[in-house]
This record gives sequence, structure tokens and C-alpha cells, in this order.
Amino acid sequence: MATLTYRDALNAALREEMQRDDSVFLMGEEVAEYDGAYKVSRGLLREFGPRRVVDTPIAELGFTGIGVGAAMVGLRPIVEVMTFNFALLAIDQIVNAAAKIRYMSGGQIGCPMVVRGPGGAALQLGAQHSQAFESWYAHIPGLKVVMPATPADAKGLLKSAIRDDNPVIFIEGEMLYNQKGDVPDEEYLIPLGKADIKRPGKDVTIICHSKTVAPALNAAKTLSDEGIDAEVIDLRTITPLDQDAILASVAKTNRVVVAEEGWGFAGVGAQVVDVIQREAFDQLDAPVIRVHQADVPMPYNKHLEKAAKADATRIAAAVHQVCYRN
Amino acid sequence: MAVESPARARRRGTEAPYVDQYRDWLRMMILIRRFEEKAGEAYSLGQIGGFCHLYIGQEAVAVGTISALRADDYIVSAYREHGQALARGLSSRSVMAELFGKATGCSHGKGGSMHLFDAALHFMGGHGIVGGQIPLGAGFAFAARYRNTDQVSLTYFGEAAANIGSFHETLNIAALWRLPALFIIENNGYGMGTSLKRAASITDLHQRAASYGIPGVEVDGQDVVAVRQTTDEAVRRARAGEGPTLIEVKTFRYMGHSMSDAASGTYRSKEELDASRQRDPIVLLESRMRDLDMLDDAGVQEVEASVVAEVADAVKFAEESPDPDPSELWTNVYAPEPH
Repeated sequence: MATLTYRDALNAALREEMQRDDSVFLMGEEVAEYDGAYKVSRGLLREFGPRRVVDTPIAELGFTGIGVGAAMVGLRPIVEVMTFNFALLAIDQIVNAAAKIRYMSGGQIGCPMVVRGPGGAALQLGAQHSQAFESWYAHIPGLKVVMPATPADAKGLLKSAIRDDNPVIFIEGEMLYNQKGDVPDEEYLIPLGKADIKRPGKDVTIICHSKTVAPALNAAKTLSDEGIDAEVIDLRTITPLDQDAILASVAKTNRVVVAEEGWGFAGVGAQVVDVIQREAFDQLDAPVIRVHQADVPMPYNKHLEKAAKADATRIAAAVHQVCYRN
Repeated sequence: MAVESPARARRRGTEAPYVDQYRDWLRMMILIRRFEEKAGEAYSLGQIGGFCHLYIGQEAVAVGTISALRADDYIVSAYREHGQALARGLSSRSVMAELFGKATGCSHGKGGSMHLFDAALHFMGGHGIVGGQIPLGAGFAFAARYRNTDQVSLTYFGEAAANIGSFHETLNIAALWRLPALFIIENNGYGMGTSLKRAASITDLHQRAASYGIPGVEVDGQDVVAVRQTTDEAVRRARAGEGPTLIEVKTFRYMGHSMSDAASGTYRSKEELDASRQRDPIVLLESRMRDLDMLDDAGVQEVEASVVAEVADAVKFAEESPDPDPSELWTNVYAPEPH
């Protein structure tokens, strides 16, 4: 077991998959000579050369579309977007091409590609650089959406995403790149579509993903001091959504809080709540409560920014509410 | 003995490599014309749904360009792609059945008029978002270069797509990376109902190639031989590693943008349409062949009869084909899980 940062775990996944399969290549802004805007691709140009680690101009629509085309004819592109805020410029290629090629062609042509990069807010980057867009992509049939919360998950999920025959949107947490964690030494894959119990518990379920996993675990620690034993479920992939894991936990705890980084309206949590009310209505002892970003563009001011974000305090408060412990 | 005219002698010179193909080209151009006329009828009868963009008038573009390609080269297009699909060798049955939405269609009824695909023929689709297919074409070229094959990729789009961001982004990258790509602007003068003059700051679109440092060529799209000659040179450059070419083919669509608008009236005059018909691509090739004593009235009738029979068979096949099974609603959204 090695201790790696989330960034280096991703780097290891890229390296291993590129070593394994010559059809895998990395393309994006600053991925090669600059060694990666966030250093996720550090050293890959040196090891694999400019054929397979390809710097692009700042032209997200163009290079993402080139990636889609390459994938349609059997290569396995990994397209790095410097942040998912900029991937908005490529969303036509992702939604209108990548997600639909297989269906429109009657199954003749696939699109095995990964679009990856950091998403969500960092610190005081303002409204255009602080957005969690997973619900946009999760809304589109044909895409898979993956969001690792830990270094070990990051590595195992990215390797699976690269090997997947579908277009996978792989959103990394901008604030997670420096997080350290244990990563197995041996080769491993984490299947897409399987949630993970990050902390078992019996009194209440906190369903979260990506950057809300850490505050959910912090909240669970605080709550355990109060005698509330919270189970923390990390979705890990948004689509496919692991409904079985969600429902198994609801059956155990009968109380649910759903926490996410993004906006609430039509957010990922809304989908989770829909699953629960349809499939487990009779098992609930309280209405499900959601914690999410305030439905406003992210403010720059640090106090306002803090007030906008989901955090451990708000998650704990939501747990109090569903446990009627106010 | 009759003395050969200078014009004919010249044609025999520059056209010599192509003359043997004229008969095939003529048949294909007439097939596309009759196929499209029949598609228009079937649309009016409600047998074809959705949008239907006919290619009538532009036949020489598809035939002149695609005849220059190898079977392993890639083609991608927009939503006016029935003619290109036929020129690539998709059967008229599979294309007509797709227009009818049938299980036997080239996209198994899930694509329709705008989304014809045939992976085996490297026909990588009709795409419905203006300009959306341009980066895809560069992606096929990228893959060819990555694998060190000498395949080329040919991307069709209309003149209106040359005003879209994906055109600029893709041509810049394709030129920068010297990708083996041909970008073909089918300039028929109108983006839906908007004249190019009202949409583009310069209307000689091939001049835009200068901003990427690649050749930009204009060619008469009603002249299938000229289209073919121009494409041959671009293919040669691409295979030789000399990078992409932007080809602006000046052509004309006789019909409206789609079946929902009239051929003339709102945004262009009947006079303009009539004038364009004076240079009909099929008539031009026929007269060329007559000049070369390759064709007479009986020969034309023979081709017509064979094509009309083929299109009638395609319609019958489409009519008699089954709809996709209801379970097909849920297939092909995701790849099957590997075993």
C-alpha cells in the first residue's frame, strides 16, 4: 500500500493504461510540454512522446470533437479539459456527438473516450470557475459520469473509465488533487456503477459524492459523539447510479440526507430522492433532506462563498432534522 | 475521316484518366436524382417523417469527390447526405429503408434521413448540428496518422457551416498538425433561407484557407470531372503527408432547404433557379459523353430504365420491411458490457 495524492493516483492510472494499450492517448491544453495545468499528466510526455501526449490549442470544441472522431474509429482518447467550466464550449460535441453516435448508428459505431478534468469550486475563483456540472452530463443518455472522492477511487475508476466502451465524463475535484490516501500497489479496477460505503452506520444515511464525501465523514464523526451513527455512501459514479446500494442503506437506516456540491434545482440529489421515494417510501421515518450549493452563481467574497457551499455543519444540521433532534 | 475538334482533343488529354468511369458516374448521378425525387414523393405521402433535405442539383459533388477515395478512407457529412451515402456504395434499399425508419435501414431505423451510417463502408454519418461533424472528420484523420496508415478523411459541410466556430477551430488544428483531411464546402448559396451574401463577410470561402496556411481551392460543382480532378490533388497531398485542403465547391440545390420550404419564392427567385438549371450536372456529363461518342439517346434511356427500376425496388423494399422491434428502443444507448 502506497500513500499517494489524488493527483498522482490519477497520473498512475493514465500511465498504466497508456502502457497497456497503444490506442490510449491523452490530448488537451497544456497536457504535454507544461506537464499538465494541474500536473496530473506530469512526466507522460517524457515517457510516451508527442504522438500520445498531445498539446492542443485553446479550442475545446475543436479538440474534443477530434477526440470524438478518433474514438469513433477505434482509438481511446482521453481528452483533458483544463476545467469543466471550459468544457461548456465542447458540450455540443459531448452531447450531440459522443453520447449519441452509438444509438444513431444503430449500434455500428461507438465512442470509447474519457473527458476528464477538475470540476467544482476551489477557493474564491468567482462564478465562472466554480461550478459543478455533473447533473448536466448525468441527464444525457449515452454518457457515464464518474466522480472519485479518494486517491484509491480515483485510480481504480479512471482505469475502468479508460477501458469502458462508452463516453465517460470523469470529473475530478479541483480541491482534492493534494489529498493523500492509501492506494493498493497491485493492479486493480473499480467498476463503474458501484457506490461505496465510506462509513458504515445504522441511524441515518448520508448520500454524497466527490467533494462532499469529506465533509460528510466529518459530519458523521461529530454526530457519533452525539450518539448518532451515520452511514456515508459515496456514489462514485452518478450514471449509472447504484440504486441497489442506496436502497439497501435506506432499508437499514430509514433516514436519508443527500449532500452534493452542485446547485439543488434539478441536481443529482433530486434524482436520488426520486429513487428513494419511489422504491423505499414505506421505509422512510422522515422526509429526505438535501444539502447543496445555494442556487446562486458562486460569489467571490470568501464569507459569501462559504455561505453558498455545502459543508459539514450543514450536513450535520440536516441529519439532526431527519432524526428529529433539533 | 472526321477531324477531331480542338476542344475534344483537349478533353481527351486531361480527362483521359477518367473517361472509363464516366458511365459509372452518370449512372450514379442519375440514381441519386431519381432516388431523391422518389424520396420527395414518399415524404409527401407521409412515408418519410421528420426532416428531409434533398440533394437534387448537387449530384456531381458527391460523385466527383467520393470516386477519388479508397474503400478505407473515411467520409462524414451533414444532414443533406443521401446522395453521398449512395455514392459511397450504401445500397438504395438500405438508404430508402432508413428514410422510412425501418429495421433494415442502414442505421436500423434509429437514424433517419439526417443520420445515415455504414461503418463497414467508413461512412461515418450524417450529422444534424450545423458544423458539428467538422471536428469529427479531423478526428478520423488524426486516427489515421496515429496508426500510420495512409487513409484520408473527407468532411462535407454546407457554406453556412463555414461561419461556425468548429470550422475555425478544426481547420486551425488540422493545418497545425498537417492532418490528412479534405474539407469540402458544398456552397449552394443558401443556409436555409439566408443567402451567403447576408451571412459571410467574404463570400469566396476558399480564401479562408489562407488564414490557416493551407491550399484553398474553388471548383465548379456542376462539373463532375473538375470536382474529381480537384479532389484527386487534395487526396494526393493528404496521403503524402502535406496536410489538409479546403475545397469550395460551387453548386446549387434545386429544391428548398428541406421538404418544408418551396424551391423558390420566399428567399430566391424563380429566375435564379431557372438559370441554375441551365448548368445541370447530369446534362453536362451527358453532353460530354455524347461529344466523345460514348452515349446516345438509347444509352441514356437504358441508364434511366435501370435506375428507375432500382429506386422502385428500394421503395418496395422499404415499404415491406418491418419496423424495429419495440425492444430496440433500449438497445445501443450504451455498449454491451464486456464478458
